[in-house]
Amino acid sequence: MRVGVLVEHRQANVRDITFELLTKARELGDTIAIILSQKGEDLAQKLKGFVSQVVTVDDDRFTNFNPEYYRIGLKSLVETEKLDLILLGQTAFGVDLAPALAQDLKVPIATDCIEVKIEGDRLITTRNIYGGKINCDIAIKRTPAVLTLRPATFQPQRTELPLEIKKTESSLREEIDYRRFLEFVEAKVGEVDITKSDVIVAVGRGIREEKNLPMIQELADALGGVVACTRPIVDSGWLPKDRQVGSSGKTVKPKLYLAIGVSGAFQHTMGMRGSGTIIAVNKDPEAPIFNEADYGIVDDLFKVVPILKEKIKELRA
Amino acid sequence: MKIVVCLKRVPDVAEAEVKVKEDGSGIIEDRLTFDINEPDSYALEESLLIKERVGGEVVLLSLGDEKVEEALRMGLAKGADDAVRISDPGFTTLDGLATGFVLARAVEKVGYDLILTGCMATDLGQAVVGPVIARVLNIPYASLVTEIKLEDGKATVTRELEGGLLEMNQVKLPALFTIQTGINEPRYASMLGIKRASKREIKVFNKEDLGISDLKVESEILRFFIPPVTKHAEIIKGPPDEIATRLAQIIKEKGVL
Repeated sequence: MRVGVLVEHRQANVRDITFELLTKARELGDTIAIILSQKGEDLAQKLKGFVSQVVTVDDDRFTNFNPEYYRIGLKSLVETEKLDLILLGQTAFGVDLAPALAQDLKVPIATDCIEVKIEGDRLITTRNIYGGKINCDIAIKRTPAVLTLRPATFQPQRTELPLEIKKTESSLREEIDYRRFLEFVEAKVGEVDITKSDVIVAVGRGIREEKNLPMIQELADALGGVVACTRPIVDSGWLPKDRQVGSSGKTVKPKLYLAIGVSGAFQHTMGMRGSGTIIAVNKDPEAPIFNEADYGIVDDLFKVVPILKEKIKELRA
Repeated sequence: MKIVVCLKRVPDVAEAEVKVKEDGSGIIEDRLTFDINEPDSYALEESLLIKERVGGEVVLLSLGDEKVEEALRMGLAKGADDAVRISDPGFTTLDGLATGFVLARAVEKVGYDLILTGCMATDLGQAVVGPVIARVLNIPYASLVTEIKLEDGKATVTRELEGGLLEMNQVKLPALFTIQTGINEPRYASMLGIKRASKREIKVFNKEDLGISDLKVESEILRFFIPPVTKHAEIIKGPPDEIATRLAQIIKEKGVL
């Protein structure tokens, strides 16, 4: 099995997902890292120890991500490199590219996989669905196939490997004007930097209404910490974006992380996994947050939080 | 401007316990409530906002049995102009690529200047269908969109990347955008709107209507199961007062107070 891994890079850095993809790819077969960029040589050196075969295609139009150019570049490599599998990350980059690539190549696709196995002539992938509460196994009936892997799921492992770089001519022809990359816009800096706090009280959908937020703020105040939240709270406009923990928000590693009414969808937990002690309060005993937490309370947060605040205050007095 | 919005009806699982059928063929839906997929409801709202700004019409599409009409009617109640249900005995076990193909045919049939979908469905979370529709129609697209600015035949869109970083793209119309949650504030339907929508007839397109003869499905769900537990929290039990006391002690022991 020949496995092509599309190297994800942004602003001249190789992104973490690439090392996770390469590690898993080595388990599946003969691995080829594909670098579509302005200057692949520099990026290729960063892959040392993760892969031995690197194919680079240098073209200025690959500097910033544009799926229209990337698809053309990848399509020709799938043929010339005789790839059986094309691996990408389920990232903002992979989500934009992988389904369209599969459609163009007329090959099957499975996205956001948390496991991939080869069983006879079938590929079996495992996906984590319904907000992390259920898994399912998917059979892919033929190769080539496109797979995207969930970020922060496969542990990157370095090994002793010689690095062999093959330079390939760009297959891009005419300029594409129907989709153009314009620029990056950095996140706005807010008044509170949640990444700097030792104690975070994070709130999720379980809070139900905006008017219940002061209760969470009071608990955070009692603990000397800050309030953070999951995506739906920001989407509802109840807290600013800079309070969001997760893949599209911030990654935090406080000493104490209290998750209140947070179900534990993967997009959130990947931003808080590195916390010291994690305590979760949720009324659903099967909520995936309990697989991340050290201590769990299966109860109504509206009963537990006010009393907890008082107990903390007593201890501090 | 003719805007087509694709909606999916999904169970609301964020706050619910989800159980798998004994034979692993799916989840038990009995006690779950269903609604428009959350990202799709933001896509719907965005279409209505664009219609209010530049004029035009909003047409809704949804693939599924009679039950999806509830979602379509909710969209009509909020202000969409027309709704079509796509249904055929041959459309029941489609994967993301096949779903994208079927929807693309339906979009083509109703006509479009702009297509909006949610960036993913909260049930299966594939995030495949939107870009596939665009590729079948051979039009440009952008995913994970958090802002759309339209000006003479093109759109400047903001895409949400990781860690709060954003990316601006310029895309020529007609185009498809997959909408990220939080892009707007979805409205509630008025009582009058709901009443009117309840009386609307909803068209149905089947395989023949869409001119689809053979549909390849090359990925198949084998089984659903509860994720194996690798690590589990120590559950603190008791009345709320005892729980809170124990928790406060643990927090104190961790030395963060």
